[in-house]
Amino acid sequence: MDSGIGLWGVPLAMLAGAIRVSTPFIFVSLGECLTERSGRINLGLEGTLMMGAMSAYGTSLASGSPWLGVLVAALVGVLLGALHAGICQLPRVNDIATGIGLMLFGTGLAFFLGKPYIQPKAPNLGAIEFGWWSSVPQVRQALQVNHLFVVGILLAFALAWALKNTRWGLIVRLAGESVDAALAIGASVGRVRLVATAVGGGFAGIGGAFLSLYYPGSWNEGLSSGQGLMAVALVIFARWEPVRCLWASLLFGAAGAISPALQSIGVTQGYYLFSAAPYVLTLALMIATCSPERSLRGAPGELGAVR
Amino acid sequence: MGQALERIAVPMLALLASAALFGLLLAIYQRVDPLEAFALMYQGAFGSWFSFQNTLSRAAPLILTALCTALPARLGLVIIGNEGALVVGGVAAAAAGIAAGSAPPLVVQLAMAIAAMIAGGAWIALAGGLRQFRGVNETISSLLLTYIAIALMNHFVEGPLRDPSSLNKPSTWPIGDANMIGPIPGTDVHWGLVYGIVACLICYVVQRFTTWGFAMQVIGGNPKTARMMGLDVRRYVLLACAAGGAAAGLAGMVEVAAVHGKANASLAVGYGYAGILVSFLARHHPLAIVPVAILLGGLSASGGLLQRRLDLPDAAVVVLQGIIFVAILASETLYGRLGRKAEAR
Repeated sequence: MDSGIGLWGVPLAMLAGAIRVSTPFIFVSLGECLTERSGRINLGLEGTLMMGAMSAYGTSLASGSPWLGVLVAALVGVLLGALHAGICQLPRVNDIATGIGLMLFGTGLAFFLGKPYIQPKAPNLGAIEFGWWSSVPQVRQALQVNHLFVVGILLAFALAWALKNTRWGLIVRLAGESVDAALAIGASVGRVRLVATAVGGGFAGIGGAFLSLYYPGSWNEGLSSGQGLMAVALVIFARWEPVRCLWASLLFGAAGAISPALQSIGVTQGYYLFSAAPYVLTLALMIATCSPERSLRGAPGELGAVR
Repeated sequence: MGQALERIAVPMLALLASAALFGLLLAIYQRVDPLEAFALMYQGAFGSWFSFQNTLSRAAPLILTALCTALPARLGLVIIGNEGALVVGGVAAAAAGIAAGSAPPLVVQLAMAIAAMIAGGAWIALAGGLRQFRGVNETISSLLLTYIAIALMNHFVEGPLRDPSSLNKPSTWPIGDANMIGPIPGTDVHWGLVYGIVACLICYVVQRFTTWGFAMQVIGGNPKTARMMGLDVRRYVLLACAAGGAAAGLAGMVEVAAVHGKANASLAVGYGYAGILVSFLARHHPLAIVPVAILLGGLSASGGLLQRRLDLPDAAVVVLQGIIFVAILASETLYGRLGRKAEAR
């Protein structure tokens, strides 16, 4: 471990972590952002993330093609999102509770179907080497960037642009801000939310594929520990803006990398306390962002649940 | 009359639909005869005195953790941090048990129960307080608190409270055999079941017959009306959350003092998550929680048998729980419709 960079290893490992750990956050938060902009909340993305991870790993193992795995994960995510939207569309069904139900269902089903995939090693997604200019191995390692990270960044800007400038984005925002207004221009609110929730689920599925096919790069039952849920909280912090979701995801990635980074330079005291850092950070950010008196700036008007 | 019938018929319909879906999954994916699986589940849960006692022992923590969702739900809050409250309760109980070690067993047990209830109560009251004072969504914050609780447990179990002789599975020092709460006489079921039933009865009586209970009902129905009536909404929210958390914390104490004898990772095996399901299935009614918890306790008790006989993954039970959860929520839409259809015919 000691190649002469000493304590610099910590910020470097956190940078590497920000790049690696943040990717699933980026995808899930963008998916949730899209869903919530249409006026629906999906707390079940944790389950979608696990199902995406499991199905991507299984597909990659069976077909030998990790990218096919990513595609299948996205499809599974779309299906779960559509299921959530379909159930929530029934009259008198609570979307918060349904999200909790689907979170437990998704993780359970992923464990159930994923049992045979715990041992075998599936082909992983590769990485792009951005660190070719450096001779320090840690720097080279930190700058190994997966394609999905780049896709996630582009997706954030594309989503922000599409929400603001396209006809489709306008309708999604309208469904989220005011059902009456959406009805007035003849848009079907139910269908808009169905599509937004399904696509959002698809994004979360891709985030799951990253977990099992790149980093940590294997399938096991402890693969996601709340990333899906933290991403939901992160959308509130990002005030429902896709580009802010991107920055917040990077911040969370860095926080998640604190405890492995400290361990790598030999600080093992309080390892488990530092592993709580991302959750504490999420909570702290929510406390700082939220307010009891006014509803949040940027919050979609029809989104009653997140006050 | 139709309404009462509906309240039984709708959940039954949802349960049947879940069983059918689960059977389909087993038949297609695992190539297992679903009827055989269901027969085994019945056998593993209620088939013999031995398995029924196992079921009841598992129902005990479910009853207590279900209250953690059910009590705040009365006020319109959706709390899902049951697992976290159970874990902090368990660790606090173990710490209190170790600290009070040589005192008479009854004192030690009391200290463990109080420590667990304070820790669990404070944990969930934090989520309720954040909601009331800072407007933080309590569903998200309570689940985040669960992850923090598990990290804290790992810290204590691997660090300050670790018994050096626990090599394979890091654990705290044992609380000592003398301080364990034993089985109910004549059975192998531990006293946790009685704690749970008594807690549910108390909650029912408070909700049904006291001013507090009435105030909570008003707040749950319409917080604005409650404020106009001069009710201190914040206080009731904190109170309900603390009481729910205390129940889940007590579940942690029961797991430590009646099952494991020490705190370790076995605390976080999903009783809290199953408790959320129990509460929703029971429609947050304290008395309905007991039979529902026994039903789901049976489900988890039968998991081992399914694994041994049919070679099903242990997550099979979790999948069935998830299916039931989603089906029950979706079935909410049927209320008020079944009767109408029957009349139309």
